[in-house]
Amino acid sequence: MKRILILGGGTAGTMMANKLRKALDRDDWDITIVDQHKTHYYQPGFLFIPFGIYNRDDVVKPKSDFFPAGVNVVYSEIDKIEAEENKVLLVDGKVLHYDYLIIATGTKTFPEETPGLKDKLWYREIFDFYTIEGSVALQKYFKSWEGGKLVMAITELPYKCPVAPIEFVFLADAFFTERGIRDKVDITYVTPMPGAFTKPIASKMLSELLKEKNINVVPDFYIERIDNEEKKVVSYDEQEIPFNVLTIVPVNMGDEMIERSGLGDDMNFVPTDKETLRSQAYENIFVLGDASNIPTSKAGSVAHFAAEILFENLMNIIEGRSMMAKFDGHANCYIETGHGKGALIDFNYDTEPLLGTFPLPGIGPFGLLKNTKINHYGKVLFRWIYWHILLKGKELPVEPLMTMAGKKKMN
Amino acid sequence: MAEKVLGGKSVEVTDEGYLTNMADWSEEVASDLAKEYEIVLTEKHLEVLNFLREKQAAGETLTIRKVGKSGIVDIKGLYQLFPGGPLKISSKLAGIPKPTSCV
Repeated sequence: MKRILILGGGTAGTMMANKLRKALDRDDWDITIVDQHKTHYYQPGFLFIPFGIYNRDDVVKPKSDFFPAGVNVVYSEIDKIEAEENKVLLVDGKVLHYDYLIIATGTKTFPEETPGLKDKLWYREIFDFYTIEGSVALQKYFKSWEGGKLVMAITELPYKCPVAPIEFVFLADAFFTERGIRDKVDITYVTPMPGAFTKPIASKMLSELLKEKNINVVPDFYIERIDNEEKKVVSYDEQEIPFNVLTIVPVNMGDEMIERSGLGDDMNFVPTDKETLRSQAYENIFVLGDASNIPTSKAGSVAHFAAEILFENLMNIIEGRSMMAKFDGHANCYIETGHGKGALIDFNYDTEPLLGTFPLPGIGPFGLLKNTKINHYGKVLFRWIYWHILLKGKELPVEPLMTMAGKKKMN
Repeated sequence: MAEKVLGGKSVEVTDEGYLTNMADWSEEVASDLAKEYEIVLTEKHLEVLNFLREKQAAGETLTIRKVGKSGIVDIKGLYQLFPGGPLKISSKLAGIPKPTSCV
């Protein structure tokens, strides 16, 4: 009996468990998945909670609903991977052996990394929307907020779902407009990057939207600390931005277990071959989703496209072939822009988001980098697709590798 | 795209002045680029630039934090070396692409 062990039962791990269980004979292959938490969160939905569009119940389901029959499920915290010995130690002392290991432990927010962030204003006037606790606390806060300075700040790259903070300010603009207090709310977007949009074509198409919506952008601002007394964000070069309410993307890093296992880089992400998705250090370890260091977005769509490539490569190895499938970094994101509209971007390692249309049989085409209602419906529809098709590892009518069909080449 | 004379030879740069080809880089090119920012390159500057080039060649995503953990200089020190936008400016001087996010 051969053994495949999957660490992490989030989007990436759950998809792989479903794909592999369907493909591999139960008499020959034992598949085990480990996760410390029993609840699966629909993370793209967190963004909508502060504005009351979704509530907690809209984004949670038991993980067990999505694990296929015939997979052993272990709910436990992981102590560490002992890669030389092909085994994983759980905190309760239990040992799991493997022939192939898939690391899908994701990325987490570490507010502790920024001095003054997780201090007395945390979840009082400083919130994140990357956790259920943060987004629910912010919803409650916004209900009675009468206006002032709203600052959306990014502490460090990379972070999960790179367009979410931009969507947040767009949705905040719409939310406070509908509440009739937009004139009392000053919205500022603070980023360590040279701008809110940094790729030339997206920047040209979408930067106007920020101006139209009267959102200030402070670029090249690298946060050193948060001053809780005077309520301001302070950068390494002593610039200061005052706030009444601060929403923040804390530093993202891989799980501490990766560090304990000695398998991570300086941010606890696992060095991974960006084409084959195999660990650079061990031939029988593969990495899927946010846990890897591959240079593309940390997002569910990437995990989904990458899962198809990783599945092919694992089957190649299992059936004695070389790893023929190559991942191209394909990502596909809807950008909510408020008032029932959205934009769509589609890109990979080498191609920046382009204009054109995205062909999706049956529903699309969706306009790329265009602000349209159909793109918003695409995002709304996605939650259903996520729960019912994507997590279960079923086929979507979207190619895992990016296609140039419908895109306009620009120079 | 444009041509620019840097380090005594003509090299191709982007509209924002970043080298389009990493291999065109030399310390002389860096020191000409540094003039735009009124920076006089020291050993410390060059150590940072070489670190960035090495990490870029290895396909790693570059961040200010990564430079801060490199052992060459801390983040405050990096700001003193490249005032204004340390990663943006040091990337340009290192002859590597401008740091970008996904959009």
